[in-house]
Amino acid sequence: MLKWIVLAPLIGAIINGLFGRRFLAVFGQRATEKLVGFIACASVGVSTVLAFMVFFGQLWHKQPDADGVRRILDHLFTWLKVGSFQADFAYLLDPLSGVYILFITGVGLLIHIYATGYMHGDPGYYRFFCYLNLFMFMMLTLVLGDNLLLLFVGWEGVGLCSYLLIGYYIKWDVAGSAAKKAFVMNRIGDFGFMIATFLVFTNFHTISFVTKYINGVEVSSFLAQAAASPTVAVGTLTAIALLFFVGATGKSAQIPLFTWLPDAMAGPTPVSALIHAATMVTAGVYLVARCSPVFVKAPTAMAVVAVIGAATAIFAATIGIAQNDIKKVLAYSTVSQLGYMFLACGVGAFVAGIFHVMTHAFFKALLFLGSGSVIHGMSDEQDMRRMGGLRKYLPITYSTMFVGWLAISGFPLLSGFFSKDEILWRTWSTGSLPNNWGRALWVVAAITAVITAVYMTRLMVMTFWGGERFTGARNDHHAGAGHASSGHKDDHGHHGRPHESGWLMTMPLIILAMLSIAGGYVGVPAALGGSNQFEHFLEPAIAKVEPATATHTGAELAPVMAQAESHGAGDVAQASHEGGHDVQTERLFTGISSALALLGLAFGLVFFRRNPLWRAPKLLEDKYRVDEFYDATVVGPVENLSRDGLWKVVDVKIIDGFVNGVARLFAALAGALRYTQTGFARNYAAVILLGAIIVIGYFIVSFFGIRINI
Amino acid sequence: MVPLSWYLALSAVLFTIGVVGVLIQRNIISLFMCVELMLNAVNLSLIAFSRLHTDVTGQLFVFIVMAVAAAEAAVGLAIIIALFRSRETLNVDEADLLKL
Repeated sequence: MLKWIVLAPLIGAIINGLFGRRFLAVFGQRATEKLVGFIACASVGVSTVLAFMVFFGQLWHKQPDADGVRRILDHLFTWLKVGSFQADFAYLLDPLSGVYILFITGVGLLIHIYATGYMHGDPGYYRFFCYLNLFMFMMLTLVLGDNLLLLFVGWEGVGLCSYLLIGYYIKWDVAGSAAKKAFVMNRIGDFGFMIATFLVFTNFHTISFVTKYINGVEVSSFLAQAAASPTVAVGTLTAIALLFFVGATGKSAQIPLFTWLPDAMAGPTPVSALIHAATMVTAGVYLVARCSPVFVKAPTAMAVVAVIGAATAIFAATIGIAQNDIKKVLAYSTVSQLGYMFLACGVGAFVAGIFHVMTHAFFKALLFLGSGSVIHGMSDEQDMRRMGGLRKYLPITYSTMFVGWLAISGFPLLSGFFSKDEILWRTWSTGSLPNNWGRALWVVAAITAVITAVYMTRLMVMTFWGGERFTGARNDHHAGAGHASSGHKDDHGHHGRPHESGWLMTMPLIILAMLSIAGGYVGVPAALGGSNQFEHFLEPAIAKVEPATATHTGAELAPVMAQAESHGAGDVAQASHEGGHDVQTERLFTGISSALALLGLAFGLVFFRRNPLWRAPKLLEDKYRVDEFYDATVVGPVENLSRDGLWKVVDVKIIDGFVNGVARLFAALAGALRYTQTGFARNYAAVILLGAIIVIGYFIVSFFGIRINI
Repeated sequence: MVPLSWYLALSAVLFTIGVVGVLIQRNIISLFMCVELMLNAVNLSLIAFSRLHTDVTGQLFVFIVMAVAAAEAAVGLAIIIALFRSRETLNVDEADLLKL
């Protein structure tokens, strides 16, 4: 049954991909939209229903394996078997992938439904849904694959779909370049992923995530090996973990490979919501969490992950303040939130990271879809400077985005609050980082939380409140930012007033808003009176940071930790779960993070209501000129080397030179030989005679020669 | 009985006449006849050896050579006629280009 979760969207993609054009020719645009939309949504719907059935019906009640993890394995066939190398085509459902498939299919279904409304009137309707379904298939393969190679298939597959969908508006240059940029930057990350996979195989002799028996032969799990024995050197484990993280930085848009994600906003908005906010970009977090047994054995790698995560979080958040394109703000916000997730992983709180992945999927999908609804209602206007006062025109979009805004800002008791609070607290109390790094990272993350609230407030203020700035005919000079080339715009014709979107688009918004409110309650921490179901469910599937490191750092941290003074130094890690004082501390920190969120919201409201068109420092507006920096240091030199070195020297001079040289050699040879072809028959006869004389002469001489020798 | 060496000498003489004829003649028909002369010189020596060894294989071989020569004469004469029609000459030195 597990396989049908994955295969259903593939079937949808195949039908729409192969027959979509024929549908269009036979039924016309309107009926084709209905049919294609139905096939796409139905296939994802089937997969959603199955995912919930398998998760709650089977996995929930399953007897845990020997290592305490509930698992369902669906082995389709053995894909590759060469010597000791074995890669199965098998899907594995455990708590980690279970959580992922739930929100992937759930949010994915909502976004599919939304897209049927959003893409209305687009001539490439079937193409869009074919890609979108294919994406679902690949994403589910990624999270359900039971070994690194199958994960990599999904990993590359989602990269491909991301490329296809960013460049969906094929007549628009910007989209094409953005798609290429995304693909190339992801390739850089994939390089790290592949090297890591090779290292895993050479060191552990297996790439499976789980110990299993295929036709009676045991296939062991490299994760179990990494967790159990110290046979592999820490240096090697660190290398593997860091290379996996390189892959994750590409896919999840972390420093230094994050610049593709903001550009990826050139794709249609449902794509931004599904791929570049909710699902694909969290694949990096999945990879890190999946390989957590390797990461926890490599403290250096963990520290790198945490630092990169925190740095990305604050870096992207500050850029987010200065952007005027509504989708760009959300894109940088996504990068920043992904930074939080990696920070959580880096400090050993993998579960908190996954929790944030899930809540983020809800509220960020909501915000993106809301922004899509705004863009739709404004006839493809994306510049917030030309919005304002949309509250009364788009009431449903406004109220749902209001929820999303509070959720991402960490407003108490909404989903983002619980997950972000968890991350902040775990960062502070981490046992896996040396010295006071945890504290320093906490400060960074806390500042980021404030900035997050500020830029999200700015977005809300500029879009929905204040005076209307869109009066006056919208000029077409800006149309390039939208779907001018797609023909999408012309089908509506409501150029004058912003208008609310249809129910196909508002219904997913409402559902996502409810999820953004309620989604956090699966993981209320014990300190707040909850039972943290989420953590208890996930915990067995994810490695814990070893207490040895915790003790070590705890000893150094103890004097600083005011609230924990009554505990022995070695107990800090333990205490964070059990100690009464630590519950106090945790509550204090919950208070602090609520206060931070409220502070950010209040500041944003006061400041931006007064100056909605406030100009951020140039450096922020220019995104710290990272793109320019890459252009100068990487893209430029590579281009120059390619053009002046590889093209003009290696290709033209060496390769072409060699080929042309061979040709010229034969031309010269032939030029010399052609003089022998005189055309005079008697010349040829003479040459034949000469040849005959030589052959006969040879035989005569050799014949007599032998005679003489005897 | 005529000794073998006489036959061989005659054969060699005929063959040489043929070879020299091929090399010095310009008229294509003379050239053709010289080729025939060489073939028949070889035939003569084959027959002579056949008689010497009282073995009929040599004579069989001669028949094959004659059959081939006949076929060759048919094709060769046809080519000569075609050549003459297109170039109005039988001088091989003037027919030194494939294209007209």
